[in-house]
Amino acid sequence: MKLDTSGFESTVPFFGTSSDLLGGLSAAPSFDIPATTDFDGFQKDAIQMVKPAKGTTTLAFIFKEGVIVAADSRASMGGYISSQSVKKIIEINPYMLGTMAGGAADCQFWHRNLGIKCRLHELANKRRISVTGASKLLANILYSYRGMGLSVGTMIAGWDETGPGLYYVDSEGGRLKGTRFSVGSGSPYAYGVLDSGYKHDMSVEEAAELARRAIYHATFRDGASGGVASVYHVGPNGWKKLSGDDVGELHYKYYPAMPSTEQEMVEA
Amino acid sequence: MVKQQPNWSPYDNNGGSCVAIAGADYCVIAADTRMSSGYNILTRDYSKICKLHLIYQHQHNKQMSCPAMAQLLSNTLYYKRFFPYYAFNVLGGLDNEGKGCVFTYDAVGSYERVGYSSQGSGSTLIMPFLDNQLKSPSPLLLPAQDAVTPLSESEAVDLVKTCFASATERDIYTGDRLEIVVLNADGIRREYMELRKD
Repeated sequence: MKLDTSGFESTVPFFGTSSDLLGGLSAAPSFDIPATTDFDGFQKDAIQMVKPAKGTTTLAFIFKEGVIVAADSRASMGGYISSQSVKKIIEINPYMLGTMAGGAADCQFWHRNLGIKCRLHELANKRRISVTGASKLLANILYSYRGMGLSVGTMIAGWDETGPGLYYVDSEGGRLKGTRFSVGSGSPYAYGVLDSGYKHDMSVEEAAELARRAIYHATFRDGASGGVASVYHVGPNGWKKLSGDDVGELHYKYYPAMPSTEQEMVEA
Repeated sequence: MVKQQPNWSPYDNNGGSCVAIAGADYCVIAADTRMSSGYNILTRDYSKICKLHLIYQHQHNKQMSCPAMAQLLSNTLYYKRFFPYYAFNVLGGLDNEGKGCVFTYDAVGSYERVGYSSQGSGSTLIMPFLDNQLKSPSPLLLPAQDAVTPLSESEAVDLVKTCFASATERDIYTGDRLEIVVLNADGIRREYMELRKD
């Protein structure tokens, strides 16, 4: 009996082969390739134009009541802040969220593609896809483009039949299951706050406040993170956005200016 | 074998700037008309604003909404992810409720809906000025706040003229003539203003 090993093939069909089973929606879209002998050099030069937004802070963790997902909203191109209102938490479907770190266009496009695939799975199998399955779909696609310059560092968070699920997936082809992740240039700062304050038995409000503080501290110390700290909760009935706070205002909420300190500084 | 340096690049930067502002029931889109290459001016009369809705209307038998077009443009750009279009776009129009909507893009298709935006060689000069005059609350804040500017249509057009007059002073690639397109419930209106030609 000959085993079907087509699932192991990782070469991407560049010239638009479409699968009839999926009604013309091929496994991966076809992309034009520049006619050059030095593909890597070309991509390195082209990337200057795109300047992916590597500066970011995103985090997600599992606790008793589900998954909390939080992110900042700054996009930087070199030293220029190109936007302070980027949606870094992407709503794949009503019960699954993805986070964006790395190339904004790459994350947006492939998360939307993943949402389409999840919906097709639902229609073909009459049941929702698991977080494990969805993250595997994304990881396989990204692996097939490995080395071509995609920049994606994402977390897939959701609630399926087995309970809350959280996976980290990146464009190098890595896929990790875990309970606490933070991705981006501000992640060391976020980890510090998150790890020291984490308890499995937290209420939703406590967990949201922990996430908010972690993002705030990361934006305080990391120049490439800032804007609005968004916090989402994924529970058995799907995700819900809990808060969106400007980090500048959070600063004065956590550390209000003390009149006595100002007085001391004037007198000294 | 010595690594070959390419003799020819498919990319050229033609300079110029564009701006779009979304209002409660209008959208203002403006761009200068200078096209340059290096230090040469190729033409002073190049329109950088185009109408996109006709093909969709024929195929889908309904008016193309601005958010649908925004997604179309994003996909068009991303399909050239490994050989990008060298274009930084701003898309402006009216959404299904008649409110102004502006979408801003990078070269490979990442996009977001904003209250105002500028792209191009003059954007680093224009954007801080627009932030100062129009700073709208972030659409990510909860409870949600409206992103469109409270300015009236004529105030927004004046603001745009001011932006370009200033950008022309300090950006060598921006100038010649300003083309302004205003979209509102009554239709599309086009206006021109002369800019410095040096």
